[in-house]
Amino acid sequence: MVFTPVLSAHWDDTDSFTLDGYVRHGGYSALPKALAMEPDAVIALVKDSGLRGRGGAGFPTGMKWGFIPQGNEGQGAKPHYLVVNADESEPGTCKDTPFLMANPHALIEGVAIASYAIRSSFAVIYVRGEIVHVIRRLQQAVLDAYAAGHLGKDIGGRAVDGKGGFDLDVVVHAGSGAYICGEETALLDSLEGYRGQPRLRPPFPATHGLYASPTVVNNVESIASVPSIVLGGAQWFSSMGTEKSKGYTLYSLSGHVRTPGQYEAPLGITLRQLLDLSGGMREGHELKFWTPGGSSTPLLTAEHLDVPLDYEGVAAAGSMLGTKALQCFDETTCAVRAILRWTEFYAHESCGKCTPCREGTFWMVQVLQRLEAGTGTEEDIATLLDTCDNIFGRAFCALADGATSPIVSGVQYFREEFIAHITNRGCPFDPVASTVFGSVTSSGALA
Amino acid sequence: MTVADGGAAPALTEQTREEMREIIARYPKPRSALLPMLHLAQSVEGYVSPAGIAMCSEELGLTKAEVGAVATFYTMYRRKPAGEYHVGVCTNTLCAVLGGDAILDSLKEHLGIGHNETTEDGRISLEHVECNAACDYAPVVMVNWEFYDNQTPSSTRDLVDAARAGNPPPPTRGPSSLCTFKQASRVLAGFPDGRANEGVQAGPATLAGLALANARGDRAPAMPDAPSSPSSSSQDA
Repeated sequence: MVFTPVLSAHWDDTDSFTLDGYVRHGGYSALPKALAMEPDAVIALVKDSGLRGRGGAGFPTGMKWGFIPQGNEGQGAKPHYLVVNADESEPGTCKDTPFLMANPHALIEGVAIASYAIRSSFAVIYVRGEIVHVIRRLQQAVLDAYAAGHLGKDIGGRAVDGKGGFDLDVVVHAGSGAYICGEETALLDSLEGYRGQPRLRPPFPATHGLYASPTVVNNVESIASVPSIVLGGAQWFSSMGTEKSKGYTLYSLSGHVRTPGQYEAPLGITLRQLLDLSGGMREGHELKFWTPGGSSTPLLTAEHLDVPLDYEGVAAAGSMLGTKALQCFDETTCAVRAILRWTEFYAHESCGKCTPCREGTFWMVQVLQRLEAGTGTEEDIATLLDTCDNIFGRAFCALADGATSPIVSGVQYFREEFIAHITNRGCPFDPVASTVFGSVTSSGALA
Repeated sequence: MTVADGGAAPALTEQTREEMREIIARYPKPRSALLPMLHLAQSVEGYVSPAGIAMCSEELGLTKAEVGAVATFYTMYRRKPAGEYHVGVCTNTLCAVLGGDAILDSLKEHLGIGHNETTEDGRISLEHVECNAACDYAPVVMVNWEFYDNQTPSSTRDLVDAARAGNPPPPTRGPSSLCTFKQASRVLAGFPDGRANEGVQAGPATLAGLALANARGDRAPAMPDAPSSPSSSSQDA
């Protein structure tokens, strides 16, 4: 079994996003099962499953829940919050958006279970604003879940820790176009009504998150995986995947491939397997470089096709699994252009809080622009690497580190291409050849 | 380049103020309502005007400077009126390489406007946008933040021409007709428009992996005490 659709198993039902469509396939049967357990037992179950955060960092989800202080003293006595990070914006990452369009209820059920486990009665789904139809589907799913008694007051009619019934309110909160808000502490600042800028840690959100109260921030896919873990058990979940990277996950294939899309498989599948089975690169072309998990994860090349796509395997290859956003570029693509464009993105999205990131990304764009235009020098390449060295690890959050990834890995693998721009006094590539319609035009078949 | 500032935009009303209070009531702390309140102001005026900032500041007990500092941080809040149809062309690396750059160039020439500008008739505003989480449908164009997948320069020119004529085609994955920028902003403020059930549940790329798994007969292992779900014709293997 190469593919293991669980999250995506019923997306081909035309009503998969409705309450009926979800319930038809056993939806909302995990919630009563979880409510019949002690909250700590739910946390232990998720720990035992080996589920790791699907938002990029891969931190064990159950352990994160376990960090929430409980009890009647200190931080534990404050309200607890669950915040779902649905601010999917990492370039190349396109899994949570189609997921929520096709099955928002899986997330809502996961939210209810996770909130019960960490003793939260208020959860927020922070969804990026630029995907209105996803927001509609989420809003409707929340309304329907309230009406069905899966959210609201005294859910499942069960007492929690002797404090009365389990109450949960869920708000769908639309962001407003800031990549940085995908960073969990910037997200919390944004959710508090401020500019989205990262916070210094410690303290961590587990103790001082939303409103300085204990808060779990989890990715959509992480939370949506929980109902299946409750139903199938930790052993079932961990029977998929590799030794330290358990379970199934969504791989997003995009770029110059024949069949882009969402592929759900156990962690550890390789890009070669995915390409071989899905039809490979577009006809007549070959893979040049790819990102394993969005643009913030260092580039890989065709020599990495057999790297197991799990947390350890990709790290051993010098990159990161990230969000499993497999952006594949063929030999028509100018690496310098690609890297410049990503760098422009980071410069645009830098929140401005930390000087190395704010100034560094700005200057790297200038240097890359002249390199791409053919007016740079070899010294510019050294300047880029030196600048990256002064950015990496010197900012509050990972945006800055991510900004250095395409440049450092790009120079590592494609230094001769940078130099070719200098010696050619211009870009040696034809941008038309890398478009999806340009190649069709040349054969005269464009509609 | 923008639509006239001469008072054509509808003003915020007491109803807007009431709805802002509704938003505030959703949250444990009032200030959390600020982003949706700004979306609401934008849904009335088409942009976040000084009046919109003032109303938010009054309702939250903040200074206008505090609200303005937040509003200007986020790119979705417009500081001048957006077109009725706000067109965003993804030019992040993957879409750009696959054709987004060519689409944007073509639209700029076709419409005679640049990034963050609006046509004189107020119908179309244009923006290049960052990755919109639809890379498997590249190149992607967003109109009023709805998905128009797998675009070409000519398909996008046709799209804006139809929108200017008041007859835009429906989004690829979205409601059965395109709403206006203001209507979309109202949804973002947390006021559902009742159109969640319209449109497809998934596009072809979303289903590519599932279709392949089905064709191969691949399934997740059966759950140990699987509820007899009619869904899973699941077999052990």
